[in-house]
Amino acid sequence: MLTLHCPYCGVDADETDLHAGGEAHLTRFGPGASDDDFEGYLFTRKNPKGVHFERWRHAYGCGKWFLAARCTATLEVFATYSAQTVAPPADVRAAITAKRPDWSWGDLS
Amino acid sequence: MSNAISALEGRAVAGDVTVTDMGLQGMISLRGDLSDKALTKVCKSVTGADAPKPLQMSVAGASGFGWMSPDEALLLVPYNVVRDGLASINNALSGQHFLASNVSDARAHIVVSGAYADEVIAKVSPVDMHPDSFAIGDFRRSHLGQVAAAFWKSDANTFHVICFRSVADYVFDLLAASAKAGPVGYTS
Ligand SMILES: [Zn+2]
Repeated sequence: MLTLHCPYCGVDADETDLHAGGEAHLTRFGPGASDDDFEGYLFTRKNPKGVHFERWRHAYGCGKWFLAARCTATLEVFATYSAQTVAPPADVRAAITAKRPDWSWGDLS
Repeated sequence: MSNAISALEGRAVAGDVTVTDMGLQGMISLRGDLSDKALTKVCKSVTGADAPKPLQMSVAGASGFGWMSPDEALLLVPYNVVRDGLASINNALSGQHFLASNVSDARAHIVVSGAYADEVIAKVSPVDMHPDSFAIGDFRRSHLGQVAAAFWKSDANTFHVICFRSVADYVFDLLAASAKAGPVGYTS
């Protein structure tokens, strides 16, 4: 069972209070984008074994979307943080590096 | 004028832990900037309750001022003064970015009271109801069984539950069944 700390209301929310929103930090390709970029935005997702960044919504609680960094293999949660970010903040990356020194995710490491 | 009735029409189940429909309950849902002084001031004048801390329900007599999210409050007032309360809010916050609505008839208000009332809730929600974790005045939005609900602790053995009207019957029966099944020894 997954427990994620909601950075908006401060509750350690049970998985059953949450709604999964898929991969975090997507770049939106909309009108004017190439077909390949648009297809990638719609359909191409990472599926890592290990460090991953995801969107979650505290659906039954305060209703806010937030982001989480966790390990898909062990369910260890490294950090949860504001959805008003375009990339994982430095403290979140440091928390991951402390546990998984050789982690990488897309262009990040 | 229609004859307003609550979803459960005053239903009650007796026992070591009682489950009781509180009947018609005035409720105002307010979205806006909760750190705004004008907003907290008018909410206090409508409910008589001080502004709540996050995850708290501030109670004053039969009224209350609850923290629902960083930008949402739930005001509890007697059913017959909701219109006046809404008028006060709309007047005080005129020109600001906010939304206040009368949700009284969209919801139900049920009270769970008795020696192991905390366990009656704990058995059907993911919230840690141990007194060390959930204190008097604490207010949580979560789910009871399959449906969304919010609840707060008004004294050591009393919990107030708010749910949508359409699922009031389910929530009442769920709480009554949980009460009837007895304590499990987690919080005592
Ligand atoms: Zn939350």
